[in-house]
Amino acid sequence: MAVATLNPEADADEGPETAVHRLGQHVFDRVAEIGDVGLFSLKTLGWIFRRRPRWSVLVPIFYAIGVQSVSVVAITGTFIGMVLAVQAFHEFQMMGLATRLGSVINISLVKELGPVLAATMLAGRVGSSMAAELGTMRVTEQIDALSALGTDPIYYLAVPRFMACLLLIPLLTLMADFMGVIGGAAVCTQVMGVDSFAYWKHSRDYVEGLDILAGVLKSLFFGAAIALISCHRGFNSTAGAEGVGKAATEAFVFSFMAILFLDFVLGLAWNTTYRAIWPQASGLL
Amino acid sequence: MSDAAPTAIQADPPAAELIEFQDVSIQFRHQKVLRGLNLTLRRGETVCVIGESGCGKTVLLKLIIGLLHPTSGRILFDGQDVTRLAGRDLVKLRLRFGFLFQMAALFDSLSVYDNVAFGLREHHVCDEDRVAAIVAERLQDVGLPQGLEHKKPAELSGGQRKRVGLARALALDPEVMLYDEPTTGLDPIMTDVINELILQTQRGGDKTGVVVTHEMRTVTKVADRVVMFYPLARIGRGESQMIYDGPAEGLEDAADPRVRQFVRGEAGERLRELAAQNRAASP
Ligand SMILES: Nc1ncnc2c1ncn2[C@@H]1O[C@H](COP(=O)(O)OP(=O)(O)O)[C@@H](O)[C@H]1O
Ligand SMILES: [Mg+2]
Repeated sequence: MAVATLNPEADADEGPETAVHRLGQHVFDRVAEIGDVGLFSLKTLGWIFRRRPRWSVLVPIFYAIGVQSVSVVAITGTFIGMVLAVQAFHEFQMMGLATRLGSVINISLVKELGPVLAATMLAGRVGSSMAAELGTMRVTEQIDALSALGTDPIYYLAVPRFMACLLLIPLLTLMADFMGVIGGAAVCTQVMGVDSFAYWKHSRDYVEGLDILAGVLKSLFFGAAIALISCHRGFNSTAGAEGVGKAATEAFVFSFMAILFLDFVLGLAWNTTYRAIWPQASGLL
Repeated sequence: MSDAAPTAIQADPPAAELIEFQDVSIQFRHQKVLRGLNLTLRRGETVCVIGESGCGKTVLLKLIIGLLHPTSGRILFDGQDVTRLAGRDLVKLRLRFGFLFQMAALFDSLSVYDNVAFGLREHHVCDEDRVAAIVAERLQDVGLPQGLEHKKPAELSGGQRKRVGLARALALDPEVMLYDEPTTGLDPIMTDVINELILQTQRGGDKTGVVVTHEMRTVTKVADRVVMFYPLARIGRGESQMIYDGPAEGLEDAADPRVRQFVRGEAGERLRELAAQNRAASP
């Protein structure tokens, strides 16, 4: 008996390919992709409020992400502080404002460079390695295997990574701030011969707790963006070593773009709010 | 198989049809993989799906448990439309299946033990003592030696990985087993070991099974029925993509020459086609 037949009507061939078709397709794909990242993010956030991943899943991921990122953030943080000091010293020296270096260096660090640097390092080290790991799981069908065993891969893979990035990035930011402050101070007071007491006094007078908070709050958005973008890239990796490599690279590039974009938008929002609350707040210096 | 029960009493037996593809098509971007497919799999039968690489066999398996969605058409499992399920219902459906993936798809970061225990733990089926007992039993069923439980998948041979994959798929005692190329890449002895395991699983539990394979020995050993697919790219518009549907014994003298060639492993027309493609490609 012929239980199996094929329906000859169900047929439609692809039309001709022109440059316009391809451009249209490209635009369409990009828009669809952004929508897809949004959906992925909603699903991830949805799980966080429903069910926390178990500790045996969370702890190794927190540990791996921490270990991967702490040393690079510490080293680059120190150097960025030192570089700022070297670059700014001569201008300030000429104007006779060398002791004010502390305020300039430290405010730049806590408001901008610390958070952005920590986020960039997190994207480079952790984001791309997460995308590569999840991409490998995609192409070796481990993600399908999770679904087949009745476990949502977003819940099992993306949620713990999201939580880890979100909770660790404030700490990384504070560490980048701290190391940068130390590096900048070391160069100014030990190498350039700026008076140490005045340097710290100006720093303390100018940098407020609120500035540090602004940087830390910003970093939460960076961490969330890095985790979501990187996991999404990994989940959608195409086959082969090439596909996984592409996922890892794109995870970094797209995360970095998101960091700069968010930095701009959040900076604008913060300043607007700040000036609305304290209209006579002083500018730089 | 108890094919006919002549003295069957007038009880209400469950419907014979378990999985039904109704006019199913699937397309990835520009590539059509399946087109207007109608296929019915009956409860308790073991169906081998054969066909060359890339003709959509894995896609067929993934459609059944909703890992892929058809572009059009419906897929029914036990009367439910798989394509409309989501959330808890989809999870419930998937737990009725065991899926042995082509490269086993063991979780790299987990030990053999944790891999096999995965489904049991995730769904809180039983306490940890019972989990240990089930894992040990399943590993023994697939003939893996003691002391392997704590190795990572990377430390296993291909045959061992396949068997751990089988143990994991069987952990929740599913009604339907889906095997994706269970013997591809294994040596002849291990191939036979896996064939025996499939036979044992299918006969012993009276499970429904779909076995995707290239291996004719697997087909002759385990199949109640064989279905052969042909890549959509190389058939005519109205032509059927399913070029064989029948018992394994009929393959050798099937009406379609492509079936006979595949079964005997002969290139046949393909050599001439490839040569023609090469000529067309080079000026
Ligand atoms: N997720 C996917 N995205 C895009 N193309 C896919 C996907 N899965 C399968 N394909 C394509 O569908 C075709 C059939 O694949 P598959 O079912 O894996 O073949 P096989 O019969 O060898 O198992 C292949 O050409 C493959 O490239
Ligand atoms: Mg396949």
